[in-house]
Amino acid sequence: MGSYLIRRFFLMLLTLFGISVLIFTMLRLVPGNIADIVFNAAGMIDVAEKAKLEKELGLDQPIAVQYVKWVTGLARGDLGYSYVSEKPAIQEILPRIPITAKLAGLALSFAILFGVPLGVLSAVRQNSKLDYILRVISLSGLSMPAFWLGLLILMACVKFFNTIPIYTNPPVGFWNSLWLFSIPAAAVGFRSSALVMRLTRSSMLEVLRQDYIRTARAKGASNNSVNFHHALRNAVLPVVTVIGLEAAFLMGGLIVTETVFNIPGVARFLVEAIRWRDYPIVQNLVMFIAIVAVSINFLVDLLYAVLDPRIKYS
Amino acid sequence: MASIDIVPGPIPDTARAEGVWSKIRYHAAAHPLGLVGAAIMGVFVFAAVFADFITTFDPIKTNSLASLVPPGHAHWLGADNMGRDIYSRIVYGARISLAVGLGSTFLGSVFGVTLGLASGYLGGWVDLVIQRIVDVLQAVPLLVLALVMAAALGPALDNTIVAIAIPLIPYTARVIRSNTLTLREQPFVEAARAVGMSEFRIAVRHVLPNTLAPLIVIATAQLGAAILTEASLSFLGLGVPEPHPSWGRMLSESAAEYVRTAPWLVIFPGMAISLAVFGTNLLGDALRDILDPRLRN
Repeated sequence: MGSYLIRRFFLMLLTLFGISVLIFTMLRLVPGNIADIVFNAAGMIDVAEKAKLEKELGLDQPIAVQYVKWVTGLARGDLGYSYVSEKPAIQEILPRIPITAKLAGLALSFAILFGVPLGVLSAVRQNSKLDYILRVISLSGLSMPAFWLGLLILMACVKFFNTIPIYTNPPVGFWNSLWLFSIPAAAVGFRSSALVMRLTRSSMLEVLRQDYIRTARAKGASNNSVNFHHALRNAVLPVVTVIGLEAAFLMGGLIVTETVFNIPGVARFLVEAIRWRDYPIVQNLVMFIAIVAVSINFLVDLLYAVLDPRIKYS
Repeated sequence: MASIDIVPGPIPDTARAEGVWSKIRYHAAAHPLGLVGAAIMGVFVFAAVFADFITTFDPIKTNSLASLVPPGHAHWLGADNMGRDIYSRIVYGARISLAVGLGSTFLGSVFGVTLGLASGYLGGWVDLVIQRIVDVLQAVPLLVLALVMAAALGPALDNTIVAIAIPLIPYTARVIRSNTLTLREQPFVEAARAVGMSEFRIAVRHVLPNTLAPLIVIATAQLGAAILTEASLSFLGLGVPEPHPSWGRMLSESAAEYVRTAPWLVIFPGMAISLAVFGTNLLGDALRDILDPRLRN
């Protein structure tokens, strides 16, 4: 187990190094930098002024030098300065993380609370009308873009409650915060709940056909006991994998949902930074997202061994 | 002693065609939802191909007199703030969605198959290097990577295809690699090697055709993901640029601003995206059941 953990940890570092190189290089391929955007927007064409700005921002240096500066800064906790606001990047990013984390946490809770029980229900009522309805709903969840669902929710709120629940001011108090975040969280979590539901169903169906389930029934165990105590506990392993992967990859849904609901989180900030060619923000945010994603994958791997004692890493 | 001729004669073309049709009929009956998915995709392909004949207005031409006209006789699905016909834009939008979806899936599959085949068949340091590249590409969420790629390459139709294709590569590469690892140990590969066939020829002529079934399954799933990603990119203003009518950008233009006054701008383009992805999901599920029962849920 120890040697596996060390090997896995070094592979994680190698992956993160690869991501840092990829993102840094990709961003430098963009035609035009922040100096071009500032000068084009202001209608200025003074080449000397532009060169001065590029020098100030370090954009005149070779890409390799810029990369080494960034990575060594990262190691010291210095993420550089935002080109747009001219504030330290860490000051721009840190306050946004709890907002996105709250939204992601709620979306994931929504996915688990709806996905797992409905998946179990669909499996135990296999091929019934309810099963078909739930399967169509789950497929619709996988097909609907999160931003469209968000817009539909906004439309419904306007029609029935005459209000648009978008983020205008920071929410005050727990319940206000929960109300404001639960609607966008449902828009993001609907897709994840559909995925969790489909996998719970298929995993349950597989387990329900096992001999020990038949034995439990023969011994007179109640339906609830068989379904939840015997079957679900063993069907949950692949579901945990999907929940872990969804947690790591929720950012895609969050990007568009934060945009629709005007939520000032990390995901929307990434899109704004990409539009402004704000390299320090983009590269640090993508690295942050990648670190979260690979760490969650690592934790899910470890969780396997806890949930299923038969799994041994060597 | 009379000899018995055991060499079968050639199968007549009509019999072969009948065989194919009876197989299709059998699978269609066994997987009715897959048939629905195929029908939905058929409608979108028809719309994309015959857009010039089945639309009522130019999808790009603006008309201030028709600004925000609700659905009715002249504009079946209404008109946007610039007076452009929503129905015509959705029909032409099918071209963009399918072009980006099919283009990026094809490109991602070509690179994914090449990397997966090389990784699984050659093994050793080639496998090690390719798997690290795959790790890197797979560690960043699809939309995040596509966003950065789209920004790096610039707003254009072909760039959007490339930006979406790159994040799809690792998924195909992983599936093809695991399939190749199993295939390379099969007796028919050993037999080919024993008769002196080159490794390249074995990989291309014998291993590659056997990876076709999982490739079709994953490519169909990726088609839906590619359509959704294109819509998301265009919604964020980083996808297919004007004047192409893209479903995602139609929603972006109308987002929030017209939620109160013109709900048809929100409802219909979103329905088109959802229906197209729903169709590929249904078709993908059926193809998975038919072609690769091991992956069946």
